[in-house]
Amino acid sequence: MTMVQHISPAQLAKPTNPPRAGLPASLYGRLFIALTAVLLVAPLALYPMFLMTLLCFALFACAFNLLLGYGGLLSFGHAVYFGMAAYVTGHAAKVWGLGPELSVLLGALTGAGLGLAFGALAIRRQGIYFSMITLALAQMAFFFCLQATFTHGEDGIQAIPRGHLFGLIDLSDDRVLYYVVLAVFLAGLLGIFRIIHSPFGQVLKAIRENEPRAISLGYNAQRYKLAVFVLSSTIAGVAGGMKALVFQLATLTDVHWTMSGEVVLMTLVGGMGTVFGPIVGAAVIVTMQNYLAHLGAWVTVVQGAIFVACVLLFREGIVGVIARHLRWRL
Amino acid sequence: MPEDYILATEGLSKSFGGFNAVTDVDLKVRRGAIHALIGPNGAGKTTCFNLLTKFLVPTAGRIQYNGRDITRVSSAGIAQFGLVRSFQISAVFPHLTVLENVRVALQRQRGFSFDFWRSEKVLRGYDARALELLDEVGLAGDADRNASELSYGRKRALELATTLALEPDMMLLDEPMAGMGHEDIDRISTLIRKAAAGRTVLMVEHNLSVVANLCDRITVLARGRILAEGDYATVSGDPRVIEAYIGAGHA
Ligand SMILES: Nc1ncnc2c1ncn2[C@@H]1O[C@H](COP(=O)(O)OP(=O)(O)OP(=O)(O)O)[C@@H](O)[C@H]1O
Ligand SMILES: [Mg+2]
Repeated sequence: MTMVQHISPAQLAKPTNPPRAGLPASLYGRLFIALTAVLLVAPLALYPMFLMTLLCFALFACAFNLLLGYGGLLSFGHAVYFGMAAYVTGHAAKVWGLGPELSVLLGALTGAGLGLAFGALAIRRQGIYFSMITLALAQMAFFFCLQATFTHGEDGIQAIPRGHLFGLIDLSDDRVLYYVVLAVFLAGLLGIFRIIHSPFGQVLKAIRENEPRAISLGYNAQRYKLAVFVLSSTIAGVAGGMKALVFQLATLTDVHWTMSGEVVLMTLVGGMGTVFGPIVGAAVIVTMQNYLAHLGAWVTVVQGAIFVACVLLFREGIVGVIARHLRWRL
Repeated sequence: MPEDYILATEGLSKSFGGFNAVTDVDLKVRRGAIHALIGPNGAGKTTCFNLLTKFLVPTAGRIQYNGRDITRVSSAGIAQFGLVRSFQISAVFPHLTVLENVRVALQRQRGFSFDFWRSEKVLRGYDARALELLDEVGLAGDADRNASELSYGRKRALELATTLALEPDMMLLDEPMAGMGHEDIDRISTLIRKAAAGRTVLMVEHNLSVVANLCDRITVLARGRILAEGDYATVSGDPRVIEAYIGAGHA
């Protein structure tokens, strides 16, 4: 072997029994409609706060999965794009008095800008070195947040006003905000679906599958990697901005490395490289944190156990396993 | 009449920390030829391919392609100039379908495809051509399967179809028939001959009967240096070539 081979995370979890290629095209559509229907009526049964938490993290995990599952790039520092966006959204809404839509937009732009800068540095390396650089940059950003004044240190930015959407709709009611969050979440999901199934997505998958070969066909792999990095960090930024409005809070927790770890966990538990996997993974983790909260630090232990079980028993994640049994690509 | 060389290297060398894998190679490939690069294991053939396509950076030397100095051009750039390589280890996109594998190459025609907002349905326009190419290598029936499900020989055939999809001016094929059975070898030989019409092929091949059959000109590489060059009769009768092969056999 003469080429330097690297094993991408995506290759580590290649399904042993690959799903059949021909997918009933309407299947995604039907699942999407079913998901939408369930989420529309969900507030009848569950607390809007819980649901909004879930949707914010699900969108975050979907963004992360775009990078890992389709770009084959494992970022260990994705909390930065989420958390910094939360800070900027919070600051814009509270200090600058901007409306929620502009505040979240600024959050998304924060994710995009940071993704462009950090991504450009990280994609120069492959495999685990890439992951290490993303982690190192994220740690630097964390210490910046710890020191900067606008983040208010340990307190974070508190009592962030939710404001009025387009100056009209009052978002202080959880049930109203829920439907706004849901709309943004669904738009994000559709956007990611489109990216995956676009001409760009095709090239991206080719690079994930065999980078030297894609290069030998004339594709500049670095540019595609940077592009998907920025797309992912932008969507993570949207999720972070929404989270700041939902909790009315932006804190160091959002930029901490444990948050980066959590999004990896959600994606792997749900099934990376599947459209719906990260949503399921986020649901599992958020539900656990919610209902096991009384266990305190033990939640982390339970999470760890689930993670280990996941890696040992079903590397493809929950949705990956289901997809394999049905021989579908989900 | 001056020779028309599509590819010419001058003093091409590569050392890996003191070990000279390729030394002072002046390789000239005539336009339209099927040119073989042969030599014992470890002679530096694959390294040469890596140098020609910038997957490795030469320690010294220059590469001219189509009258242009490509020594400093990137791998992707070289492919865009129409010099496309294949790999010794089969290089397909395993979790794309067989059709998608070829289509990714055809897709190059529309530029770089950074349009992430458009549906991949726009790529269906390439399906017909992709199927045509697959048919030529005998894979039309497998179009909807994942490439990972193909046998080794069929993966190589798919790789060739993918390379051909780019309509390259020149193809570098690294052992395109390694690990294939007789039937497959015959099929791929015919295919390479057909594909070579109107383009240049430089191929590494260990099967000497294939080389004798297919190639107009042969360059023998041993220990990173060019040992002999000429047509099959000249090269196969050269005592130094026989020596190099036997020597390697004993090593
Ligand atoms: N990246 C590398 N680092 C160090 N040494 C290398 C590297 N690539 C190749 N070599 C060495 O250079 C020499 C030539 O290798 P190369 O793969 O080019 O041979 P080859 O002619 O293609 O052989 P084969 O017929 O076995 O494919 C070998 O001794 C190999 O070990
Ligand atoms: Mg070789």
